[in-house]
Amino acid sequence: MRTSLIIIEVTVLVLAIFVGFEVISKVPTMLHTPLMSGTNAIHGIVLVGAIIVAGLPHQATWIRIVALVAVALGTMNVVGGFVVTDRMLAMFKGRRRPDEQG
Amino acid sequence: MSRADAIALAYLATIVAFILALRFLSSPKTAPIGNRIGALGMAIAIAATFARGGVHNVWSILIVMLVSAPIGAFAARAVKMTAMPQMVALFNGVGGGAAALVALSDFHEVAPEPGRIKADVGIAIMLSALIGAVSFAGSLVAFGKLQELVSGRPIVYPGQKVVNGALIAGLVALAIVVLAGPQRQALVLALLGGALVFGVLFVLPIGGADMPVVISLLNALTGLAAAATGFVLHENVLIVSGMLVGASGTLLTMLMGRAMNRSLANVLFGAFGQIVAGPAAVADTDGAGVRSTTPDDVAVMLAYAKRVVIVPGYGLAVAQAQHDVRSLADLLEARGVDVSYAIHPVAGRMPGHMNVLLAEANVPYPQLKEMDDANPEFPRTDVALVIGANDVVNPDARSNTGSPIYGMPILNVDQARQVVVLKRSMNPGFAGIENPLFLNPKTVMLFGDAKDSVEKLAASVKNL
Repeated sequence: MRTSLIIIEVTVLVLAIFVGFEVISKVPTMLHTPLMSGTNAIHGIVLVGAIIVAGLPHQATWIRIVALVAVALGTMNVVGGFVVTDRMLAMFKGRRRPDEQG
Repeated sequence: MSRADAIALAYLATIVAFILALRFLSSPKTAPIGNRIGALGMAIAIAATFARGGVHNVWSILIVMLVSAPIGAFAARAVKMTAMPQMVALFNGVGGGAAALVALSDFHEVAPEPGRIKADVGIAIMLSALIGAVSFAGSLVAFGKLQELVSGRPIVYPGQKVVNGALIAGLVALAIVVLAGPQRQALVLALLGGALVFGVLFVLPIGGADMPVVISLLNALTGLAAAATGFVLHENVLIVSGMLVGASGTLLTMLMGRAMNRSLANVLFGAFGQIVAGPAAVADTDGAGVRSTTPDDVAVMLAYAKRVVIVPGYGLAVAQAQHDVRSLADLLEARGVDVSYAIHPVAGRMPGHMNVLLAEANVPYPQLKEMDDANPEFPRTDVALVIGANDVVNPDARSNTGSPIYGMPILNVDQARQVVVLKRSMNPGFAGIENPLFLNPKTVMLFGDAKDSVEKLAASVKNL
C-alpha cells in the first residue's frame, strides 16, 4: 500500500507550519518590519508556479497572456521584496558610524 | 538520479535557504546575510524551474522577467522608509495577484472537457484563486489607504457584515458548483471577480490605524495562496515556502493584536474609531488645563537632565524628523545626558517600523528599548520626550475601564519626572481617543510640526 501524494503533501504542509512558528517566534520586535517584507519576498516563490504554467505547451493565447502577467507580478514581488528588505537591514548598525552629516 | 530528482533537490536547497533566512532574522547582525541567502535560494528555484524540462515559451517568459525585475527593483530603491508599509502592501498584492492568475491559467490546463477535475487539485485551484484575488484587491485598498488615496477613516454602511457574509457564502457556493459540475471558464472568472470585490469590501471598513494588522494578515493570505498553488502543481517548494509565510504572518498578526489588546475579530469587524470620536470626547481637551511651552524652556529641561527617554510615534515618521531627533540626541549626549529611545511595538505604521526609521537615521540599535525594558526605567527618568505619539502613551489604557483602548499595554511615560509632548495640535490621535496625559500637571506641550520643533530644540540646546 502506498501513501497517496496528497497525504504526503499535507504532511509537508503541517511540518512547514511548525517550522514557520518556531523560527518566527525568535525574531525580535525590532526586526518585525524586515520580517514582514522578507516573508513577503519569500511568497514570491509563486513565480515558480507562474513560470511552470506560462511554459505549458498548446495554450490558448489569452491563457498564455494571463500566465505571463502572473510571471511579471511574481518577478516584481521577488525582486522588490528582497531589495527592499536588504535596504532596510543595511541600516541596522550596532555601533555609531562616523557622522556623515556633519 | 533522474532529472526530476535533481530538480527536487534544488528545490530542497531553496527551502533550506528560506528557513535559514528567517532564522538569521533573530539578530540584526546576521539578518542582512540571511536575506541574501534567501535571495540566493529564490534564484536557485527559478533556475531549477527553467532546467526541469517541458518549459515552453522560454524566451517570452525571460523577456517578461527581464522587463519586470527592474520595475520591482526601482520601486524598492525609490521608496521612502516612511512609506514602507504601503510598499510591502503593494508587493504583497502583486504576489497574491500572481497566485490567482496561476490558478486561472492552470484551471484551463487541468479541466478536462467533459467530466470533473480531481477533487484535491480542484479545491487547491479554487483556494488559490479565491485567496490570491482577495489578497490582491485587499492589499491595493490597504495601499490606497496608507498612501491616502482612499480615506483612512473606516468606511461603513448599514448591513455591511451581512453583505460581506453573503458575498463570501456566494463565492464558496460558486466554487463548489465549478468543482462539481460544469467546468466553465466564465464561472471561474466570475469567482475571481467576486473575490476581488470581496477583497475591497473587506478592507474598506477597517481604519487606517489598523492597516498594519491588515497588511500582516494579507501577507499570511498570500502565503496560503502560494501554498495552495503548490498543491495544484504538486511542488513542495511552493507548499513549504507559502506555508512558512502563512505561519509567520499569522503569528505576527496575533502578536500585533496582543500589543493593542484587541482580538483579530475586533480589528477586522470593529471599525475602530467610529463610536469614540464623538464630540463629548473632544470637549474636555479644548485646551483647559493644558500647559504649552517654548523650545527654549524644553531645551534647558533636556540639557540639564541626567536621563532622557525619547518616545517616538507616527508623528515623527510623517514629519520625517528621525534625522533631526538623532542630531538632538547627539547634542544631549555630548553634554553627558543619558539618552535612550522607548519603542512601543505598534509605534509607526507597522510592527518594528519605528526601529527601521531610527536605524535609517543612524541611531545604534542597542539604544532602542522595547516596551518591557523601557517601562521599569521611567520612574528613574528625568524627562520623557514624546514625539508624535499619542495612544501608546495614554494612561487611560491602564486605568480607565471605559476607554476604548483600556487594557492595551502602554509606555508609562507619566511615571517620569517630567513629560514633554511634541504634537501638532490638540486634535485627538489617529484613533480619535482622548488622552489625559496632556492634562497631567507634569506634562508640558510643545505644539507644532515635529521636525520643526525638534530642529528648534536642537538649536536652543546648542546655544546654551
